[in-house]
Amino acid sequence: MLAPHLPMLQVVVPLLMAPFVVLLRPRGLAWAAATMASLMAFAIAIVLALSVVGDATLTYRVGGWMAPYGIELRVDAFGALLLLVITGASSMALLGGQRSLERALPPTREPYYFSAWLLALTGFVGIAVSADAFNIFVFMEVSSLASYVLIAGGPDRRALSAVFKYLIMGTVGATFYLVGIGLVYMMTGTLNLADMAGRIEAVADTRPMIVAAGFITVGLALKAAIFPLHIWLPNAYAYAPHVTTAFLAACATKVALYVLLRFDFLILQQHLSGHAFQFAGYLMPLAVLGILVGSGVAMFERDLKRLLAFSSVAQIGYMLLGASLVSVSGLHAAILHMFNHALAKGGLFLAVAAFAAVTSGWRLEQIGGIARTMPWTFAAFVVCGLSLIGVPGTAGFLSKWYLVTAALEHGALGIALVCVILLSSLMAVAYVWRMVESACFAPDFDAETDADSTPNRDFAAFSHLLPTILWIVALANLYFGLANALPLELAKSAARTLLGGLP
Amino acid sequence: MDILGLYHYWVFAVLLMTGFYAIVAKPNLIKKLIGLSLFQSAVFLCYITFGKLAGGTAPIVGKGAELFSSPLPQVLILTAIVVSISTTALGLALVLRIKEAYGSIEEDEIQEQDAP
Repeated sequence: MLAPHLPMLQVVVPLLMAPFVVLLRPRGLAWAAATMASLMAFAIAIVLALSVVGDATLTYRVGGWMAPYGIELRVDAFGALLLLVITGASSMALLGGQRSLERALPPTREPYYFSAWLLALTGFVGIAVSADAFNIFVFMEVSSLASYVLIAGGPDRRALSAVFKYLIMGTVGATFYLVGIGLVYMMTGTLNLADMAGRIEAVADTRPMIVAAGFITVGLALKAAIFPLHIWLPNAYAYAPHVTTAFLAACATKVALYVLLRFDFLILQQHLSGHAFQFAGYLMPLAVLGILVGSGVAMFERDLKRLLAFSSVAQIGYMLLGASLVSVSGLHAAILHMFNHALAKGGLFLAVAAFAAVTSGWRLEQIGGIARTMPWTFAAFVVCGLSLIGVPGTAGFLSKWYLVTAALEHGALGIALVCVILLSSLMAVAYVWRMVESACFAPDFDAETDADSTPNRDFAAFSHLLPTILWIVALANLYFGLANALPLELAKSAARTLLGGLP
Repeated sequence: MDILGLYHYWVFAVLLMTGFYAIVAKPNLIKKLIGLSLFQSAVFLCYITFGKLAGGTAPIVGKGAELFSSPLPQVLILTAIVVSISTTALGLALVLRIKEAYGSIEEDEIQEQDAP
């Protein structure tokens, strides 16, 4: 009975829960309610993903109004994969993060924080299921506004100035996107994406369409933190509460990238002459620069969270590089990497939350000796780190392998790109090793400082759930590296859909 | 090229760039937010103008009127205005908290305090 309504329920469940959570004052209740809503969304996402395997598409007409007059929701393989990433990241972060958040937030602020969390979740899943350009804008702003709250919710005052920068740049990006879809609407008279793709042919080479393509691409690139528009990202991730970072790092930029790919491939490239070439020519150098600069800065960063954030900039570069090859295999690698990177980076940031529970900070020297205090948690951290590098047997290896294969289809250019990927992987080895080195071999940092400021090193008393969740994520990294059935299938079908009309 | 006939697009472009300039160039956080509001308003104006038809009227079926302006851009912009208000409100709330935490709303002074 509920099955046909699942695309709508995916959005409605967290949305309706959000105002309810504000009312739950007793400690822990708000967390429990938010976690339940998030797990329900996760369950819906799994059902949706299983039902779109094999190039199926689910559509839902809101209120029974026919598209293109009514609002349409549409879940295809790409959207379903993204839904898995979003709801999975949210559920894991909430489950593992209860105690870490209790420490970061004052009790009175807790219900509001979880309410904002659910709104962010609503916005992200809304973007993934929406088939209407303007709805995507609204959901994008819902998710962004809620994420600003999530980032600024913690005790660190540097988060405030970081989030202000994010707010300004995020709003400029969203407004650029709004200008772009305004121009497209002006020329085609529709906002429904499928309808737009059909009507755009008639006005393909007019100047407003070219301007619109530029506005949409740049606006979404800002949101997706594509180099050199990434400068809001490192500080926003570094100073946010750890659990917020784990959630946002796993999905926030990928959602914007998802819209960018869908718009550029399904609507613009298939109908504007030469757009595929412009897309590749413009974004490939940015992707390469992003990979090299992101990894390069990460090698010299001493703040653990900033290090991982800069590595995220590089990883977004990989996804973009795959997409800018404009081939089925390239897109396949890019989309698969969205999933795999979320697994690895989400796990790493959750591990940082665990480390921060027993240390006085998360600079490299402050996590000194953490491997001796909490070996199991640290082992999970290493597994996720290996997946980030792309060591065979982990999820990260598969997507990098596909990326290299896709690049090699392009002759001499491809070989240069493979060199870039190899170089960047070596840099990843270097920065992951720096973290491992200081965790294993450096002296205990807190033992040398005065005893008063030393926090309780007893991690077992802190939380049982966090290490369990961390290991689930780490094992998922291994599982999807060896038996990559569902994401592989979805990514392949998504890549085919995106390139459907191209030769 | 018909420059005067397209004056509303010129207004849009000038407003957009004025707002953008304020966002980029002003160190004061409140001025940045004012710029942001201007920037968004320009886009709203753009939407409203392309929905307008010369001589068109509100799309209500009645006596006399045959030309109607498109109501959809206005509806969209109503939503976008709500989004813009929320953004500005959140931005102002952030500026308040920044003022409490740093005692300043000038970007350079804030950066100075955070410098290690």
